Amino acid sequence: MGKYLLRRLAINVVLVAIAASLAYLLAATTMNPRAAYEGRQPPVAEHVIDATLDAYNLNDKTPVLERYATWVSGVVTGDFGKTWNGGSVNDEMGRRIWVSLRLLLIGTVLGFVIGVALGALSAIRQYRFTDRFVGVSSFAIMAIPVFLMATLLAIATYNVNRGLGFTLIEYTGEYNPRLSGWDQLLNRVNHLILPTISLTLGSVAFYSRIQRNMMLDVLGQDFVRTAMAKGLRRRTALTKHALRTALIPSATYFAFAFGTMFTGAIFTEKIFAWHGMGAWLVDSIHQNDVNSVAAVTFFTAICVLTAAFLSDVLVAALDPRVRVS
Amino acid sequence: MRSKVVIGRLFRNRQARYGSIALILLVALAYIGPFLGSYDWTDKDFLAFLSPPSADHWWGTTTIGQDMYAVTLRGMQKSIIIGLLVALISTGLAAVVGAFAGYFGGWVDKFLMWGVDLLLVLPSFLIIAIISPRLRGATWLWFVVLLAAFAWMITSRVVRSMTLSLREREYVLAAVYMGIPRWKIIFRHIVPNLSSLLIIDATLNVSAAVIGEAALSFFGFGIQPPDVSLGTLIAEGSRNATGYPWLFAFPAGLLVLLVLSINLIGDGLRDALDPGSNS
Repeated sequence: MGKYLLRRLAINVVLVAIAASLAYLLAATTMNPRAAYEGRQPPVAEHVIDATLDAYNLNDKTPVLERYATWVSGVVTGDFGKTWNGGSVNDEMGRRIWVSLRLLLIGTVLGFVIGVALGALSAIRQYRFTDRFVGVSSFAIMAIPVFLMATLLAIATYNVNRGLGFTLIEYTGEYNPRLSGWDQLLNRVNHLILPTISLTLGSVAFYSRIQRNMMLDVLGQDFVRTAMAKGLRRRTALTKHALRTALIPSATYFAFAFGTMFTGAIFTEKIFAWHGMGAWLVDSIHQNDVNSVAAVTFFTAICVLTAAFLSDVLVAALDPRVRVS
Repeated sequence: MRSKVVIGRLFRNRQARYGSIALILLVALAYIGPFLGSYDWTDKDFLAFLSPPSADHWWGTTTIGQDMYAVTLRGMQKSIIIGLLVALISTGLAAVVGAFAGYFGGWVDKFLMWGVDLLLVLPSFLIIAIISPRLRGATWLWFVVLLAAFAWMITSRVVRSMTLSLREREYVLAAVYMGIPRWKIIFRHIVPNLSSLLIIDATLNVSAAVIGEAALSFFGFGIQPPDVSLGTLIAEGSRNATGYPWLFAFPAGLLVLLVLSINLIGDGLRDALDPGSNS
């Protein structure tokens, strides 16, 4: 087992290195950080631009491989270089990871819990009103892309706020920096409402579909009948025996979603103006910010692989058949 | 005939029936609708900027006086074509890569699956977002290739594991002993036996591609102006959706209907092709 894990770790390290290198080379060859300096008024002298870009390791006059070598020697020591205007990529990343986490933690967990509960419920009530209602709504929600959902929510809130004449629900930003103490906390919660709804709805629909199908599979099996036959109450048999087994696939997806949570939600962050990792990716592409793009890719690759590993471990923990083989 | 049975089953399924009717109506609207309107999507009406829906401009006009009805239908045509092409390419690629990896095993398998892992790790959004604005001026087919290139990996893993068991079936072994070349066996005996999986996957890939295109275009990373798609229209409309709702409502509504109808068909197909499973 230990040997297997070590080999897997080694492969993952190689994959991360290749993914980050490819992203760096792609960004370094196609992006043009010089443009941000050339367009300035009053014009900046070319040797000044060169010197600035050299200092940030972004000068397109240096051969790509040379820049790449400089970048790698920094990354190996844990330094991701400078952003296009000279800030530290590490600081930026350290700040943004927590923004994304604060945004996504509640939505991810809520989406999983509600989705699993609704899915299990509609399997138990198959073909009855609850089942049909959950099924139809999750189909409708899955047809609405997340950027559309977020925009619709923002529009609805705008109209509600205007109708009421005061701001009941905030729809942009993370918090109001002028408040402090309890007001600040309440304000943060208020800012969280809309993005959390937009994140949760989608994953509720997703998990409820999976959970319903798995639960239906399990309900017909012998061990559930046995559990009821030996005199367990229906509720106990369903939750302790059926639900636990049927939870495996959704739990795998959840482990994956939990691991990739740190990489942010691109659309939700951009539309509700939270400055997390997802928004950073879009911004850094627009700003020709080579080092940030490479850092985001590096981080995402690590998260995805860790998440995949996490979901494997979780399956082994939940499913005895996997542990034996 | 199996196909008759499947189609019969598909149309007995209520949601698949509604989905197909909706999809046929939407496609008809996209391709026949433009002939019914009195404006072309490139026309600009300089007497009506941002006018609300009226008898003359059925769905209103945009900030530069384009007829919203014509532009939206043009965008929907593009979205439908992109969805179809991406689904075809990505499912085809998934079938070929998965079947070769599973059938040949050994280093071919290792090499191909390693490529799949690498593509899964690379953030597709980032790669497409960096490359596609640089394709401005080139044909939009490049954008289709990019979208398809990042949509096939998970299916190819499923295909591979199914091929592993198909490889040991009697009819495959018989073909091997008859001396049929291995690549022919893959295309004649293995891929056709995966057809139900592939058909379902292709259908669901259409809706995924339509959403993916719209999402990338929403940030300006997808279809580049002057061309339009539902994504670019929604992006433009959402900027002032409260003041001029017709700019937002029509493309957004059509996108949701399109995706919903394809998903309903895909789900119905799964029931019809694969009655045993309920996943």
